[in-house]
Amino acid sequence: MNSIDYIRPTTVDEAVSLLAKYKEKARVLAGGTDLIVQMRGGRYQLDAVIDGKHIEELNQLTYSKENGLVIGAAVPCHKIYGDENIASAYPGIMDSATLIGGIQIQGRASLGGNLMNAAPSADAIPALIAHNAVANIVGANGTRSVPVEDICSGPGRTTLDTGEILVSISVPAPSKGFGARYIRFIPRNEMDIAVAGAGVSVQLKNGKIEAARVALSSVAPTPLFVENAGNSLVGKEPSDENIQAAANLAKEAATPITDMRGTVEFRKHLCEVLTRRALHTAVERAREEN
Amino acid sequence: MPATKVHVTTTINGEPVEFLAEPRQSLLEVLRDVVQLTGSKEGCNDGNCGACTVNMDGRIVDSCLVLGVEAEGADIQTVEGIASADGLHPIQQAFLENAALQCGICTPGFLVSSKALLEKEPNPSEERIRMWLAGNLCRCTGYDKIVKAVMAAAKEMAS
Ligand SMILES: Cc1cc2nc3c(=O)[nH]c(=O)nc-3n(C[C@H](O)[C@H](O)[C@H](O)COP(=O)(O)OP(=O)(O)OC[C@H]3O[C@@H](n4cnc5c(N)ncnc54)[C@H](O)[C@@H]3O)c2cc1C
Ligand code: FES
Ligand code: FES
Repeated sequence: MNSIDYIRPTTVDEAVSLLAKYKEKARVLAGGTDLIVQMRGGRYQLDAVIDGKHIEELNQLTYSKENGLVIGAAVPCHKIYGDENIASAYPGIMDSATLIGGIQIQGRASLGGNLMNAAPSADAIPALIAHNAVANIVGANGTRSVPVEDICSGPGRTTLDTGEILVSISVPAPSKGFGARYIRFIPRNEMDIAVAGAGVSVQLKNGKIEAARVALSSVAPTPLFVENAGNSLVGKEPSDENIQAAANLAKEAATPITDMRGTVEFRKHLCEVLTRRALHTAVERAREEN
Repeated sequence: MPATKVHVTTTINGEPVEFLAEPRQSLLEVLRDVVQLTGSKEGCNDGNCGACTVNMDGRIVDSCLVLGVEAEGADIQTVEGIASADGLHPIQQAFLENAALQCGICTPGFLVSSKALLEKEPNPSEERIRMWLAGNLCRCTGYDKIVKAVMAAAKEMAS
């Protein structure tokens, strides 16, 4: 096995030059809970591991009611759910950060790593989509911001170019009447991969739904943003029938596969059940916010 | 090409330690094979079993999912650091008294994890203990005795 370089840049610029130098022979390291397992499994032939955890922008975690939330790409889950203001303002993100792995994994795993790993089953991605999150990316050609639903392009693949690094994830400040939820189905209580999951959000105004978003995990080659399911609720009351109709649209949109974790039929059924339940909880949470 | 080794300066169980590691080597491999601290165990080598749990900068982590070179400047506590010169830590004592181990491979991880919990939350509920320890697997003892031992240790430490 060849030897690899371990490099600890302290600025984004330095990281970008390193990525330009090593190209596809380098990966950025955040918590390593995916990358170290994959390196051991021989997925990459790397010349360099670039540790992102010593770059200030990748470690930032800032929240204000006016400007919303910025999560540095390497911030571990425990910091996110350990901050009470963030946990209460971003309930869907909070749900996913508390159920990724166990305590040991949460001590290291970042939402940035979850997004860049681009697993169809990634628990944070539907929650980020539900919360309208945007990925802030830097490369040799400058900075760009991309909605999270446009990041994953296939299992383990993203729309980032070689040489680009995810610096942070921005999430708008929720306004009054906002609620969100992420739930998944797994065969045990914790430490497992989602058979299916649903991340949803609703914005209530004067008793009606002003905006809603629905995204699913583990039922397509990428986490799936089901725009029409959320849109079907706009202008309507959050009644059982309307929520059921949106859940049916989520079920229709899912294109799962059959594997050891579940069949196509079971997974589609889960999409309906999980979307419905998640929407009900999101509505309850939105009302509590009032 | 011979693997290039990196010089790492760190703190393990309160003592300054220096070692040479290949960037590929996990912290677990470094602890066991380079620093000769074999208390941390390898169960799965992929983050699922928790037998390799160590405390790094105040958080428990699976040392099989940390690179040894990441230990630069860190403060690491392993199972070897739990007992003091005066004897076993109350958590270790409680594991013995409650028969919370059989083969013992999982025990170092359970001890490091439980200690971190009790330092943060001195009086956790049974449910909280079970959730906290979800990243530690045991193939022999069963979890009831382990959870009872942690509850007994919490009581002992509070008295
Ligand atoms: C035991 C166990 C249980 C798990 N349980 C869950 C679970 O319940 N739900 C779930 O969704 N996942 C789970 N995972 C997977 C993993 O923990 C998560 O995907 C985690 O969020 C990855 O984050 P990380 O910081 O460890 O990423 P890393 O492993 O450091 O990186 C992941 C990928 O992203 C790339 N990357 C990281 N940072 C950047 C960046 N800034 N710019 C560009 N690329 C970057 C890396 O090169 C790598 O390809 C589990 C893993 C283990 C080992
Ligand atoms: S050996 Fe590290 S978690 Fe199993
Ligand atoms: S005592 Fe053998 S694995 Fe726990």
